[in-house]
Amino acid sequence: MPDVNLPTLLRQHAGGQRSVRVEGATIGEILASLQDEYPGMAGQLVTADGELHKFVNVYLNDDDVRYIDKLDTKVYEGDTISILPAVAGGSL
Amino acid sequence: MPVLASVLDLIGNTPLVDVSALSPNPNVRILAKLEGHNPGGSVKDRIALSMIEDAEQKGVLAPGATLIEPSSGNTGIGMALVCRLKGYKLKIVLPGNVSVERRQLIELWGAEVIDSPAEQGSNGAVRMAQLLSSAHPEWTFLYQYGNLANPRAHYDGTGPEIWRDCPEITHFVAGLGTSGTLLGVGRFLKETNPQVQVWAVEPPTGDTVQGLRNLDDGYIPPIFAELGGADLLDRKTVVGPRDSIEWTRRLADLGVFAGISSGAALAGAVKCANAIDRGTIVFVSSDGGWKYLSTGAWTDELDVVVERTRRMTYF
Repeated sequence: MPDVNLPTLLRQHAGGQRSVRVEGATIGEILASLQDEYPGMAGQLVTADGELHKFVNVYLNDDDVRYIDKLDTKVYEGDTISILPAVAGGSL
Repeated sequence: MPVLASVLDLIGNTPLVDVSALSPNPNVRILAKLEGHNPGGSVKDRIALSMIEDAEQKGVLAPGATLIEPSSGNTGIGMALVCRLKGYKLKIVLPGNVSVERRQLIELWGAEVIDSPAEQGSNGAVRMAQLLSSAHPEWTFLYQYGNLANPRAHYDGTGPEIWRDCPEITHFVAGLGTSGTLLGVGRFLKETNPQVQVWAVEPPTGDTVQGLRNLDDGYIPPIFAELGGADLLDRKTVVGPRDSIEWTRRLADLGVFAGISSGAALAGAVKCANAIDRGTIVFVSSDGGWKYLSTGAWTDELDVVVERTRRMTYF
């Protein structure tokens, strides 16, 4: 089971944990497991249309899954997944 | 070299330098586009000039007008330079946690700095500028995140320069802030050679930013959405402060004195070099190292600098 790092905003729904482990062979399955296990996250990660929420970025080992295979991105043992909110970045 | 009439004529036409000594793959060249050679010291001189001249051409900037803009530093510095020379007044909303040199440069060209909360980073600066702009309709808000003259500066300038100097480019790597560099250069390069891959590098800011109440408070630059950024980029990767500083120091070993976000972009280029068989990667070094001397980036112990950088807006 891969580690999933949660953003501050979502930790309240997971008893304050910074990182959790859930089942899944793809990013989509991992996010579904998260929402099943922690119902407070329901609707916050994946929209009703089955798309990643536009202000949520999910990273597989530092790479944004939107530019890999989106929710179909495969996840392997030992991978680290991080969920981060999309905010105004940088080099302004 | 011809004598130039104005410092503004020095903007653009920056050099590419080969830093392949840092490439982990002998079949992959890595070239740095040194934007620190712009007169205000960063890539942002390009968009400052482009946005202001675009507004002049559209007739929205009266002589002596006052402008307001959020910036983590470089756009503020570039705009302060252009506004000083063109006679405009300028107010820059700056997060309280940027390096002291950034503030000094903005002020030395006569602009006023308005502080936004440090813990909210760039996100907070954008929000404060939006509020101030609504409260002061007499100020002109060019809004770099939503202004097409931002990516156009790179579509018309940076992109063609890279193609002119390095038509063998296979991969382009740059930091993602407003997304202007990636959108403008990326689109130009892909139109010229559809095989070119575009990689974005971003700092792990998402979780250090405070003041987000929920995920719907998130932010995507309007130009990114408008110009189809999600379809243009081939890869987006996060580079943290430790890798950024280590690669910034390795650049210095080759004589390239660059800012911390340049190390992040180089770390992205190195990751790319490891992922491909052969090719030529061009990455953008957004600014020189001068504005970061006070952070101890080259002189203090790595762990100390990394910890300090975590609390800074350096991209």
